[in-house]
Amino acid sequence: MPVIDVTTFNELKQMSGEDFINELIDTFLEDAPKMIAEIKSGLAANNADTFRRAAHSMKSNAATFGASQLAALAKELEMLGKENKLHEAGDKLKTLEEAYASVRDELTGMKS
Amino acid sequence: MKSSHEPGQLLVVDDNRVNRLLLTRALEQNDHHVSNAENGRIAMEMLRSKPYDVILLDIDMPEMNGFEVLEALLKDDELRYLPVIMTSASDELDRVVKCIEMGAEDYLVKPLNPVLLRARVNASLEKKRLRDEQRKLFRTFATPAVAEQLLRDGFTLGGKYVTASIMFCDIRSFTTLSEKAEPSEIIELLNDYFALMFDAITANNGTVNQMQGDGLMAIFGAPAYYENHREQAVNAALEMIELLRGLNEQRAIQNKSEVKIGIGIATGKVIAGYTGTQHRATYTCVGDTVNLAARIESHTKVAGKPILIDHYTREGLPDQIQVEDLGEVLFKGKQQPVQIFVVNT
Repeated sequence: MPVIDVTTFNELKQMSGEDFINELIDTFLEDAPKMIAEIKSGLAANNADTFRRAAHSMKSNAATFGASQLAALAKELEMLGKENKLHEAGDKLKTLEEAYASVRDELTGMKS
Repeated sequence: MKSSHEPGQLLVVDDNRVNRLLLTRALEQNDHHVSNAENGRIAMEMLRSKPYDVILLDIDMPEMNGFEVLEALLKDDELRYLPVIMTSASDELDRVVKCIEMGAEDYLVKPLNPVLLRARVNASLEKKRLRDEQRKLFRTFATPAVAEQLLRDGFTLGGKYVTASIMFCDIRSFTTLSEKAEPSEIIELLNDYFALMFDAITANNGTVNQMQGDGLMAIFGAPAYYENHREQAVNAALEMIELLRGLNEQRAIQNKSEVKIGIGIATGKVIAGYTGTQHRATYTCVGDTVNLAARIESHTKVAGKPILIDHYTREGLPDQIQVEDLGEVLFKGKQQPVQIFVVNT
């Protein structure tokens, strides 16, 4: 599976306008580390709501850019938050961080 | 597609910065004026300080979420008629249903589809415009004594003969289509379909005055008169077919069956006016031309062509719109056969 689905990304580019896509990518790359930090702090404090909300935001943005795998991982975390099962997060957070790192590199290269 | 839509004053409410930026930008690309708020509390402050036409509202937000915003709007006499479009992830449709029950007008699934975004925002803007007109109408005409009479008898306002083009449209074999699909899929389909049809009709200065099941009726040339209402009606029909093609391409990717429509247009004298009760008024028209348009629409099934028109409509078309003579057809309930034309798509 590609890191970024090109069809989704191109649609996004078309909708936002070519010149705007860079700003959108930068915003995501600025906000995503904060979301990951919030997922972590939610986990540490066993705060399911913070955890779920941050995972939800990550899922939403990943889907917007066509980062399907990252979106699916974030959705799994969101579900754990929703069901108050943070203890089951295990390695999922680490996998998500790795997936985000690939998405970040890919998106940085896709800036026009 | 060309559009004669007036730009709207829109408010985007979303706690997610990427979503907010993208929606704002995409709507500005469609010439709307867009403001945004990062949660419900800020949105309510903005709504109370300045008039807006449509809100695009996220559900999950800190401080004040989408449900709480809908509740607050409902309690506010000035804001309760403001159309709200929910923006949500595809996996939270159960929550969207709750929002619709709470008074939200429509919804859009994130990631956004640009065509649906435009169509649904325009449909909501049109509803807002109609609601504003109705409210104005009642404020103007409904003195306490009149209001009482309206409640008792209903009313007609400005009923008169006008020459207009009447359009009927519905989905071919909708019953077969709906037997194969989930109920939620059908509602989704109808929402997409109506939004697109509405968009094509209003962009060509038509007024949708009836929606029933999978069918709709639209008037061109009234209440606002345009000399080229016949051309506008046919252009709308052509755009409807074109927009449907886009929807079908999307459905094909999702392995869903093709949606086909039939459109019938007739031109002539009709009696038109505002009818309704105190709670709901609508612009409507009746007469032979209306019946004929409905019969012509039915005839698209027999003819196997998506757009059929009568000869009065045909006479008002410029040369670049190509038609084919289908010959005379004798419709049920008519004394004289009517010459029918196929509009080439």
